[in-house]
Amino acid sequence: MTTAAQKLNSAPSGFDVERVRADFPILSTEVHGKPLVYLDNAATSQKPRAVIDAILRYYQGTNANVHRGVHYLSETATEEYEAARRTAQQFINAPHIHEIIFVRGTTEGINLVAQTFGRTRVGAGDEVLITGMEHHSNIVPWQILCNEKSAQLRVAPINDDGELVLDEFAKLLGPKTKLAAVTHVSNALGTINPLKRMIELAHAQGVPVLVDGAQAVPHLKVDVQALDCDFYTFSGHKVYGPTGIGVLWGKTALLESMPPYQGGGDMISSVTFEKTSYNKLPYKFEAGTPDIAGVIGLGAALTYVTGLGIEKIAAHEHDLLEYATERLLAIPGVRIIGTAKEKAGVVSFVMENAHPHDIGTILDQEGVAIRTGHHCSQPIMERFGIPATARASFALYNTRSEVDALIRGIEKVREVLG
Amino acid sequence: MSDLRDLYQDVILEHSKAPRNFKVLAEAGHKAEGFNPLCGDRFTIYVTLEGEAIKDVSFQGAGCAISKASASMMTQSVKGKTLAEAEKIFERFHDMVTGHKPSSEEETELGKLAVFSGVSEFPVRVKCATLAWHTLQAAIEGKQESITTE
Repeated sequence: MTTAAQKLNSAPSGFDVERVRADFPILSTEVHGKPLVYLDNAATSQKPRAVIDAILRYYQGTNANVHRGVHYLSETATEEYEAARRTAQQFINAPHIHEIIFVRGTTEGINLVAQTFGRTRVGAGDEVLITGMEHHSNIVPWQILCNEKSAQLRVAPINDDGELVLDEFAKLLGPKTKLAAVTHVSNALGTINPLKRMIELAHAQGVPVLVDGAQAVPHLKVDVQALDCDFYTFSGHKVYGPTGIGVLWGKTALLESMPPYQGGGDMISSVTFEKTSYNKLPYKFEAGTPDIAGVIGLGAALTYVTGLGIEKIAAHEHDLLEYATERLLAIPGVRIIGTAKEKAGVVSFVMENAHPHDIGTILDQEGVAIRTGHHCSQPIMERFGIPATARASFALYNTRSEVDALIRGIEKVREVLG
Repeated sequence: MSDLRDLYQDVILEHSKAPRNFKVLAEAGHKAEGFNPLCGDRFTIYVTLEGEAIKDVSFQGAGCAISKASASMMTQSVKGKTLAEAEKIFERFHDMVTGHKPSSEEETELGKLAVFSGVSEFPVRVKCATLAWHTLQAAIEGKQESITTE
């Protein structure tokens, strides 16, 4: 029998977590006099020094506007900005660099597609298909669109383990479906969707697929060509990059057929008061001066993750997830919400006689940061008949001893609340 | 360091586990729903008025220990009071949980509600402690829409 203690001593091979922890300055912080145990990574991840330094270096040494100046700094800034686009392209194995569009984050990526592709392709009586495990950001933009167009938002159900019911998803795809917008990994449940199969089913009906990759990119190797999805979008800040920057990838033919999202500088090739012709991809979708420092920081984050190896990161996090699941289940009265066979990095739970908000406050006093509430996924809470959950989510720098601190904190919850 | 025991006092825990006046008042002339979107706390407050007095008050719903105990102790504290007296107690309560240390006279007015003074050390929990009170106000004022703390 493998005991918890034995497991403690076995680190997944080739991943030195103590060494990577040293890359993240914030991890040496103390909270309420206790060492910080940061387990709220699904909300946002901490930043390695490589990212912080890249942003600092940009502002201290290269700051200038991109794509316009003839001077040295502008050229250098443009080079670095475009180098980050190349890094993002390689990170998700996109076929073409011009398919990488920088956006503020996943939310903006989805809104962009809803307001351009959606507004021109979805009409009265048409349908947009989502799943029962979407984040609000992959529900509301489609609701707005469907209301405006008298179209219908259809929702493929999930089962008691928090897995998509694939047969129902297949049944909901039809001639009226103009787009399926689905999450890769659920932020509230941790479920990894069978994306390849879902995309095959959608394509068999001629339906393009947008993937919300916010929770997937930090934990899994994403290959948009292997998936054959049509749009893929993710946020920088959940994958160790800065907030306010993210990526939308789309297939060239789709992106070219779509009208621009916002008008302004950089997205045009010529402007007169009578007529404007739009710039080529990706600039058509990047109106205004972009978050240059953010893009450079994102590039540094993706390079950092690639350097460590996403497969090694995934194995390390999987080990933490299994360990945390095992230890949580050993506590009487704890129930895990989201028990899919395929999960990434997230353990959501409820406790008898302890509301998640009280759990959160008590854990915070122990230095342990978790998320409590509905996780911007109110329909999921309703599906499971609970108002909220407590959620611990793991990143590459978390350790088994931090899981132990979480467990000790939960024991404290029982002690305080009685 | 703020002490958890200041927040989770025995009286609070006891009320959260066995809330008083935790029922629907079928004949209530006033009711309102309060919702804290941050954590999903949701309570309905029922009030029966007799002239300017709160004849009966009850609540139903689900929430964290702080919000539930606060609702429970609020019903006990305002039952039989005039609307003006209830308003005054809420004012004192609100001042206390947002960091104003009550004078001994104010403490007398607050009575048992003084156990919530520890909330002021936990600013994110102020909304939990005041949700029921805001909802009571809405019920009395006859607002129809759901009240939120946001």
